[in-house]
Amino acid sequence: MTAKIAYDDVEVGTELPARTFPVTRATLVRYAGASGDFNPIHWNERFAKEVGLPDVIAHGMFTMAEAIRVVTDWVGDPGAVVEYGVRFTKPVVVPDDDKGAVIEVSGKVGAKLDDNTVRVDLTAVSGGQKVLGMSRALVRLA
Amino acid sequence: MALDQSFVGRSYPPTAPYEVGREKIREFAEAVGDANPVYTDPEAAKELGHPDVIAPPTFVFTITFKAAGQVIEDPQLGLDYSRVVHGDQKFAYTRPVRAGDRLSVTSTIESIKSLAGNDVLEIRGEVHDESGEHVVTAWTKLVARAAEEG
Repeated sequence: MTAKIAYDDVEVGTELPARTFPVTRATLVRYAGASGDFNPIHWNERFAKEVGLPDVIAHGMFTMAEAIRVVTDWVGDPGAVVEYGVRFTKPVVVPDDDKGAVIEVSGKVGAKLDDNTVRVDLTAVSGGQKVLGMSRALVRLA
Repeated sequence: MALDQSFVGRSYPPTAPYEVGREKIREFAEAVGDANPVYTDPEAAKELGHPDVIAPPTFVFTITFKAAGQVIEDPQLGLDYSRVVHGDQKFAYTRPVRAGDRLSVTSTIESIKSLAGNDVLEIRGEVHDESGEHVVTAWTKLVARAAEEG
């Protein structure tokens, strides 16, 4: 593993570069194919509404995949991630228009631990609501 | 009806090996819009000390969730999957998943809880490579919403 961020260069509170990730219906169809998750709530509006959702929603695992990019882009080597967990608190609702939805992700160092490892606390927001809770990654720095 | 607590600790047989291919990793990385060359270019991966391209951190869920099907579809457990949502997800990595891996998953029921009438089922998937070395553990928490009163 070859993290490009040095443990000694970060402090508790150090902010990672925030990112914005667009999500359209096409994004979800593509993710369904790549992940093998073809649950119709992620592509079929009629079905989604029948089961009580406001509209088609993004795969929780898609949001989880986007959120960690704030960390992997920061450290360079995704192999530096030693632990990563989230709670899915609210769905990312994706309307059928050209804009779709946007997931805004920010992160900051929440703790410096042993073995050059830091805990990064992530925040993911879409449509003004937190879509992930307890979103944390342990990352081994250089 | 609440799930039977006696299922906690139950393990299911290891899955047949899943062979991780470079092009599957590429497809996944493109689907999440991540252009990091470590996912697609073996030379870039080697520069970071990996023997081949590695997979994005959440890629392995596609394998562990399929394996969790053994639990979800266990007729003795009796989970009503039509009422299930994904509550929590966590991974702990010994090393990143990489192209060429042949991965087998052993699923275990870690916990069963009842919260406000909902069943909360946590499944632990231990992922090992062909040589038996641990690669990653995935914890998947599923929430089965209580059925409406008939």
